[in-house]
Amino acid sequence: MSGQTLYDKLWNQHLVKQRDDGTALIYIDRQLLHEVTSPQAFEGLRLANRKPWRLDANLATPDHNVPTTIKERAEGNSGIKDPVSLIQVQTLDDNCLEYGIEEFKINDPRQGIVHVVGPEQGATLPGMTVVCGDSHTATHGAFGALAHGIGTSEVEHVMATQCLLAQKMKNMQVRVEGELGLGVTAKDVVLAIIGKIGTAGGTGYAIEFAGSAIASLSMEGRMTVCNMAIEAGARVGLIAVDDTTIDYLGKRPFAPTAEQWEAAVADWRNLVSDADAQFDKAVTLQAEEIEPQVSWGTSPEMVTGISGQVPDPFAALDETVQRSHTRALEYMGLQANQKITDIKLDKIFIGSCTNSRIEDLREAAKVAKGKKVADSIKLAMVVPGSGLVKRQAEAEGLDKIFIEAGFEWREPGCSMCLAMNADKLGAGEHCASTSNRNFEGRQGYGGRTHLVSPAMAAAAAIAGHFVDVRTLPANDATHAQEA
Amino acid sequence: MKKFERFEGVVAPLDRANVDTDLIIPKQFLKSIKRTGFGVNLFDELRYLDEGQPGQDCSQRPLNPDFVLNQPRFKGAEVLLARRNFGCGSSREHAPWALEDFGFKVVIAPSFADIFYNNSFKNGILLITFPEDVVDRLFAEVAANDGYQLDVDLEHKRVITPSGEILEFEVDDFRKHCLLEGLDDIGLTLKDEDAIRAFEQKHKAARPWLFRQSA
Ligand code: SF4
Repeated sequence: MSGQTLYDKLWNQHLVKQRDDGTALIYIDRQLLHEVTSPQAFEGLRLANRKPWRLDANLATPDHNVPTTIKERAEGNSGIKDPVSLIQVQTLDDNCLEYGIEEFKINDPRQGIVHVVGPEQGATLPGMTVVCGDSHTATHGAFGALAHGIGTSEVEHVMATQCLLAQKMKNMQVRVEGELGLGVTAKDVVLAIIGKIGTAGGTGYAIEFAGSAIASLSMEGRMTVCNMAIEAGARVGLIAVDDTTIDYLGKRPFAPTAEQWEAAVADWRNLVSDADAQFDKAVTLQAEEIEPQVSWGTSPEMVTGISGQVPDPFAALDETVQRSHTRALEYMGLQANQKITDIKLDKIFIGSCTNSRIEDLREAAKVAKGKKVADSIKLAMVVPGSGLVKRQAEAEGLDKIFIEAGFEWREPGCSMCLAMNADKLGAGEHCASTSNRNFEGRQGYGGRTHLVSPAMAAAAAIAGHFVDVRTLPANDATHAQEA
Repeated sequence: MKKFERFEGVVAPLDRANVDTDLIIPKQFLKSIKRTGFGVNLFDELRYLDEGQPGQDCSQRPLNPDFVLNQPRFKGAEVLLARRNFGCGSSREHAPWALEDFGFKVVIAPSFADIFYNNSFKNGILLITFPEDVVDRLFAEVAANDGYQLDVDLEHKRVITPSGEILEFEVDDFRKHCLLEGLDDIGLTLKDEDAIRAFEQKHKAARPWLFRQSA
């Protein structure tokens, strides 16, 4: 018999019951809650007169709707101008209070984007099953945790039963071997992977990211990679546990106590795929071939390297592809064969659960230091992923670098990643964004999103158009991938 | 959940690959704390010429005459015919809520995104996967025939075209059973309460650090 993959191990450790029809009950160790996908779940519990199964498995924080300007945030919930958003945040507060669920409220320094907060608190641990009513829950797989995004009915199901009804996925391995070039980051790696396998390439699979280039990433970088597994179609992204994982976790508030630490670490060391494990599908990329990436279209797979150009839709053989590329270029206001470096930007967004951790802000700050945002840029904003990231950045003086360069320095939240609060793009505006989705209208009605790394976004802010961070003078971006 | 019964319904074609959940229901409508009322904003950006706001009276908004659901021949459609990777993107259950609220009972496509697939079945929507060539053919038939309807028979896992052609599809038995019976997942799972408790105790004994609250 061949060995087990990391996914197989995690699945087996949580299997409560395998049913004859192919579905299984999987025990859930951690559920993260936010204001958008939880109200209907709490409502369902209430209507059915059910109680949460295990309160301490849940942790909540509002993130999607919260305003991010310093002035509005000073007022707490009452700073939320949109009455509908306010009701949603208020409803989360009320529900958590009523049921006794721990919540980091709007102005708690620990508040932030759920996928930044969980790991930062040690509330995401190796060997856990983690769910959240949010597709970017795959982020937590960077810790060797089995993390799924789920829908609201499932949020309710997990609250009521501590289990998820699931079907075992297939195993896919994506290896990135070699050494990443200077200025090439985790974001570029994951965009290149999506460009290669497509947005449905991972559908039905749990993807394990492996190889020397993945192993060399920091935890922040690994989270960036796993975060976007869903953009490759996979609900689950995973990375094996190693020293980097364990070093990150020591002393986090929810991490094991001193007495349990040794036993936990010994257990975590097994969270790697066995050498003879079989994968149903395997893909390998060479790190040296990956350059800084920029998305040009309206799907994350519509991406290319900075030295590339916008494709000619009619170069594609498949008719469906021709049509979707034509439609994408029309929406994006781009010409076939236009050089990526010729795309001019209107707004810059550095933030989101993909790229709002301390390392991301450091990379962007290195590029912005001593420079000025181009006059043609209407708004350049930096939105830290959590209150703690913000504090850390301020302690390092990064806020000053950004402000002096002409960026706005904001309070933590999802912000312009999905524009549910006041931060949005206007119709036709091009945005260099460190977020994860470039769908039509995602960052505002008619808005045009280009997905890039933090360093690339900062460089675009200064130039007013895309530039290759690798060509900037030394001491700027060229050390961006170290941290 | 309502029981899923055999029906004949008008088919509306949405000829576009990778339809994402932002397109199905744009984020400004996610602020509702209810499960209902999303139907008027289904495909909002394609359907209307202006930008929709939550709580707005949509009957006064300018319609996009080119959008398929605005064309009289597809009025009352209950089957949506779509292209590959339908429902990709976010986990928002508002997407199936909007489809259901609009009146769709079935979506047919060559492939669906995983989370959307789950969410749809949990809300009584049947998703049918047919190979690309079958879907291509259905698109052609819908285009050629006004009032084109399909007979959807979940019990026998088949769809019957107006010409009497039988197209069989696959769906797992559990999902089929829940849909046909209109069953609530939570109630079913709680029948295994003892097994869950027993597992939980064993799990806690083996890995106590997974059960720890913050310091
Ligand atoms: S930052 Fe964006 S992708 Fe991440 S949880 Fe928030 S809205 Fe979703």
